[in-house]
Amino acid sequence: METTGADLGRSVSAVIEQDVLERVLGAAVRTGAEFAEVYAEDKRTTSAGLDDGKVEQVSSGRDRGAGIRVVKGETTGFAYTADLSEAGLRAAAEAAAAAASRGDGQTRTIALSRSAERVVSPVEVFPDEVRKADKVAVLTRLDDAARSAGAAIVQVSAGYADSRKRVLVANTDGVFVTDQQVRTLVRVTAVADGDAGMQTGAQSAGHTMGFELIDQIDLEGLARDAARIALTKLHARPAPSGAMPVVIKQGSGGVLFHEACGHGLEADLVAKGGSVYRGKKGELVASPLVTLVDDGTMAGEWGAIGFDDEGHPSQYNVLIQDGVLTDYMWDFLRARKEGRAQSGNGRRQSYQHLPMVRMTNTYVLNGTSEPDDIVRDTEHGVYVAKLGGGSVNTASGDFVFGMTEAYLIENGQITEPLREGNLIGNGPQVLRDIDLLGNDFAMGNPGTCGKDGQGVPVGDGQPTLRVKSMTIGGTAA
Amino acid sequence: MSDSASTADLLAIADRIVAQARPGEQIEAYVGRGVETDIRVYEGEVEHFVSAQSEGIGIRVIRDGRTGTSYAGTLDPTAIAEVLAEARDNVQFGTPDEWAGLAEPDGVDVVPQELWNEALAAFPTDRKIELAKELERLTLSADGRVRVDDSNYSDGSSESAFATTTGIRRAGRENGCYVSVSTLADDGDETQTGFGFSVGRSPDVFDLPKAAREAADRATRLLGATKPQSRRLTVVLDPYVTAMFLGVISSTLNGEAVAKGRSLFRDRLGEQVADPRITLVDDPTNPLAYTATDLDGEGLAARRNVLIEDGVLRQFVHNSYSARRLGTVSTGNAVRGGFSSAPGVGCLALQLRPGSRDQAALVADVDDGVLVQSVQGLHSGVNPVSGDFSVGASGLLISNGQVGAPVREFTIASTLQRMLLDIVEVGADIDWLPMRASGMSLVIRDITLSGA
Repeated sequence: METTGADLGRSVSAVIEQDVLERVLGAAVRTGAEFAEVYAEDKRTTSAGLDDGKVEQVSSGRDRGAGIRVVKGETTGFAYTADLSEAGLRAAAEAAAAAASRGDGQTRTIALSRSAERVVSPVEVFPDEVRKADKVAVLTRLDDAARSAGAAIVQVSAGYADSRKRVLVANTDGVFVTDQQVRTLVRVTAVADGDAGMQTGAQSAGHTMGFELIDQIDLEGLARDAARIALTKLHARPAPSGAMPVVIKQGSGGVLFHEACGHGLEADLVAKGGSVYRGKKGELVASPLVTLVDDGTMAGEWGAIGFDDEGHPSQYNVLIQDGVLTDYMWDFLRARKEGRAQSGNGRRQSYQHLPMVRMTNTYVLNGTSEPDDIVRDTEHGVYVAKLGGGSVNTASGDFVFGMTEAYLIENGQITEPLREGNLIGNGPQVLRDIDLLGNDFAMGNPGTCGKDGQGVPVGDGQPTLRVKSMTIGGTAA
Repeated sequence: MSDSASTADLLAIADRIVAQARPGEQIEAYVGRGVETDIRVYEGEVEHFVSAQSEGIGIRVIRDGRTGTSYAGTLDPTAIAEVLAEARDNVQFGTPDEWAGLAEPDGVDVVPQELWNEALAAFPTDRKIELAKELERLTLSADGRVRVDDSNYSDGSSESAFATTTGIRRAGRENGCYVSVSTLADDGDETQTGFGFSVGRSPDVFDLPKAAREAADRATRLLGATKPQSRRLTVVLDPYVTAMFLGVISSTLNGEAVAKGRSLFRDRLGEQVADPRITLVDDPTNPLAYTATDLDGEGLAARRNVLIEDGVLRQFVHNSYSARRLGTVSTGNAVRGGFSSAPGVGCLALQLRPGSRDQAALVADVDDGVLVQSVQGLHSGVNPVSGDFSVGASGLLISNGQVGAPVREFTIASTLQRMLLDIVEVGADIDWLPMRASGMSLVIRDITLSGA
């Protein structure tokens, strides 16, 4: 059992020796391909769920395998295998090579140069060093705290999950890196029952760190907050319908930027003309208040990585500076095509998936307004304290996101709670319509971003801000 | 699933695990293996070609009412031993639950399904690539304003074996394939997107021209769309949207949600919950359904269940656990996502009893409405516990029975409870979509549209 950060990636690189990797990569390009890559992964997970007052089950999982990518011209061949022996890897390499090409080429000798390990998110307590009983105890604490929040709380479910993923990436450009990603997450959902039916409240906390997460967060506070949201909504009135100013609380609306513009800044979508931000580099695309960053190096955050899944070091990338589009996000293939540097955004769900351009931690930097003033300056509108998920059509820019905790703003005051609903807007329009930006930056809840059927962990964050007009999808006039 | 030579080794692994059960221990072993091909074409060239094999095992152990599970994405014998040991170890941390237990054989006969197609298994790679290229060509020629983002061919086959200490023992295999195309259409600064697909057990049943036409239509029909004025109106849901709506409804009829007090219909059995025109069945034994199957996730026979009959709530769907908790029997609705997850509860193949008129006739009766052709944000704006329903939408305005201008960037909202009662008519245009529900046009009145 590995116990320290110094063992980064050891379990995978111990299984696959460097000379094996070099031979497998050589075999992969034998049919004339320009590029080949081995991505190997060994992931152990523990998850535990509590529902209805009972720990329903504790589950352990193990996924280990390698994906081999071969690029020839415009074609990528990809094969994966759970067999990490040289024979298994060679078979996958030959399948990937055959998929990319049918011609014959020359034998190439590959010399890998191993990069130093890179610890972006230090881990204090690895999940495999923690007794399962201690992990399960987290659930009981969440359940107790949520239930003690009020007699109207009739149901609670809670979850705990940790993962330790060790990754190895080697390619014919000589790149050879190993990385380790340890993540820990807790979530809790409370159901409250009242005269007008049931309501739910949910909270979660997840970081790229070990079991020390449990000591670093207010676990009971998290559960009480989920219960508070459910209880508050028992008295909620239907959300309004129509366009009005929307104030979004710090740390709850990063998903707005993730959906409204983040996806549209992914170079693969831009290249095929599937983004409203195509050809807009150097142009004012947002309110001058907005500076948007994608930052894979943000220690401990849910989307933090040492290297991306193509072996490129994670980076701090400014996407929008003072409202001006400065750059897109890049993976290996798109950067190669454009003859420019990668940006550390080539990510994949697992060894069974091809990498593509993905966000890491995407956030808006602080503005200068006091958050209280932003509400006070709003005559009539909606205050969104917590957002659910969202989705975007990157080509049209139309997006939706759900408000799971929201209130009316009347005469500059936050007043009555609102029932759930979606907000709808158009990305480029909403970015221009941000007219107040707070000075209270906070990161939000851990998220899973889905694209083309693959999910990867991402973070987001923003200070309190106001959009001068968005459409609230409620039922009240 | 039918027992066959190709799955004999998998069944042997499952049998060996189950044979290791100790006194007082229940064990379930689920062993699977799969192969898939995924081809993406762009501008007449193969952009990527994925050829993959996967395998794995999931084990569930129950002892003294406590459950532990474990899985591994490999069938390596050492790993299998580790999975069993881990599942056993995990048992001690569960809370004793008097209803915990594996499914027992219930004597319900399996309705056989044709889940394996030999022609697909033998279909050559070059033809697969050609299908994706052909779909791209057809789509581009369908409309001059259309660009193709990607055109895809995918197929997969899986073999699995399942055994329990309660005497359930199954093995079988299935395969399937689809083509899909993503489109973009431009008009000045504006870009809209679309998609088209065709699915089947074999490429013989693909309708490429239809997929191409739908992909082109979906992308072009919204060009020039405006944001409509907020108001209350009647919506006509396209079959695809209705299928998604039924998917949301199904979570309120889930026996596990009912048992845990999380369904808004939990106390409503025997009551009128929908318009009397509504009869909703879950019927995975209908071979026309894309998700037709012979077995559920616990190895029991999949069966036809009437959930809502003439608007009256008749029953919920159950796996063996939710059924035991509520003092009833499994409806054969255990669902599982593969070897890595334990069985949950879910509908398998929902279908509304069709009406008698097509979409054009339904639209002709609407004075002020919108034909909803796509929705966005079902996962973020619908809460199946409270019933709040709010989704982003796009489609065509309906005025005095005529379909008119395209509209987008608006939401439609109501509650699930009200929507079921506000259904005006069900269309006759049933479409067996690749989802757990089939689609048909559906007319619902008194929906709040939020727009400009």
